[in-house]
Amino acid sequence: MTTQEALFQYTLRIADTNLILAQRISEWTGHGPFLEEDLALTNIALDITGVAKSLLEYAASIENKGRSADELAYFRNDRQFYNAQITELPNGDYARTIVRQAIVDCFDYYFYTELAKSKDETLMGIAQKSIKEVTYHLRHTSSWVERFGDGTEESHNRAQQALNELWQYTGELFEMTEVDEILIKEGIAVDLNKVKEKWENHMSELLEKSTLAKPENVFMQTGSRKGIHTEHLAFILAEMQALPRMYPDAKW
Amino acid sequence: MKTKENILSLLSEIPDPEIPVITIVELGVIREITLIDDTSIELKITPTYSGCPAMQQIEDDVRKKLQEHGFSSIKINMVFSPPWTTDWLTEEAKDKLQKYGIAPPEHTTEDKSWLSGKPKSVTCPRCKSKNTKLISQFGSTACKALYQCQECLEPFDYFKCI
Repeated sequence: MTTQEALFQYTLRIADTNLILAQRISEWTGHGPFLEEDLALTNIALDITGVAKSLLEYAASIENKGRSADELAYFRNDRQFYNAQITELPNGDYARTIVRQAIVDCFDYYFYTELAKSKDETLMGIAQKSIKEVTYHLRHTSSWVERFGDGTEESHNRAQQALNELWQYTGELFEMTEVDEILIKEGIAVDLNKVKEKWENHMSELLEKSTLAKPENVFMQTGSRKGIHTEHLAFILAEMQALPRMYPDAKW
Repeated sequence: MKTKENILSLLSEIPDPEIPVITIVELGVIREITLIDDTSIELKITPTYSGCPAMQQIEDDVRKKLQEHGFSSIKINMVFSPPWTTDWLTEEAKDKLQKYGIAPPEHTTEDKSWLSGKPKSVTCPRCKSKNTKLISQFGSTACKALYQCQECLEPFDYFKCI
């Protein structure tokens, strides 16, 4: 694998994770538990769609085969997507949506902090930009994890249930492959072991504050680095890609 | 003979698409102007928020303005580093925001207290009271949060500090 191929894969992986999560949480638009939360998730979705767009444009330019960012988003099949599986899972109830969002926001916060030191100028710039937004998101989602965890018996149980179900999908976030190896040598990619330690400390602290129990000794799901997904991704793509696939020449 | 100053004053005629009381120059999104000759120009612009839907509009407006003034070769590059910050809003722009009914960012981003979620005082743009409360951390556009004044009871937008 050449450095260029690795960089394409790496950029696509970060882009897809943002794109699929944005698409998923957009489902709350108009359905939020109350207006302010509706606005919050819609805004978070908008920010991360923007990050996905910047990254897909960069991926398209690295690949240099004439595919545009839109073509990468709308004309790849599920096996060609590299988003972490946790992002494609259904929203469930609001506790589950928020717990997932906090897990990913916290990962993004430490990941972008490291990526902001990358020798690749575009990835560095996008990371520097994103970290400000993610900090704001994390603050919001953490405050909700606390409220659910330390709230009523019902909200506590729902948040704990969500945590127990989602935890098996967190291992994937830190998996490294040949792509990471090649790019770490070049000073481009992030050593995810470093991110993992910080993420775990942060999550432990947040969960303790929220009176939630951190799941231990959990079997970790895997696959997305190879394009293997849960059954949910193909459905989300079917919806997201329907219009451009039906009308490939559509302009907007 | 066109100069960078000419270009900057031309671009200063373009209002922000979402907050039309301030110009895109005051907003701080124009990062670099390279005049190649009287018909060719290169610009660097930076987004306020990654997903800000106004960026495309800003790019289109800039292109149109420059075309009207004789430029046939216009190259606009989006740059991300250094990232945009509310510290780049000029004092004049902050005044204009306040008069328009949007509370301008009150802190510099050097002050990290907003990261930890400590409450901060935001001044009501109408009655200038400091007795205000946060209604929603997210607002009508990516760059705003929603507050309400406890004195005059008016809800108002606050330009988030990032």
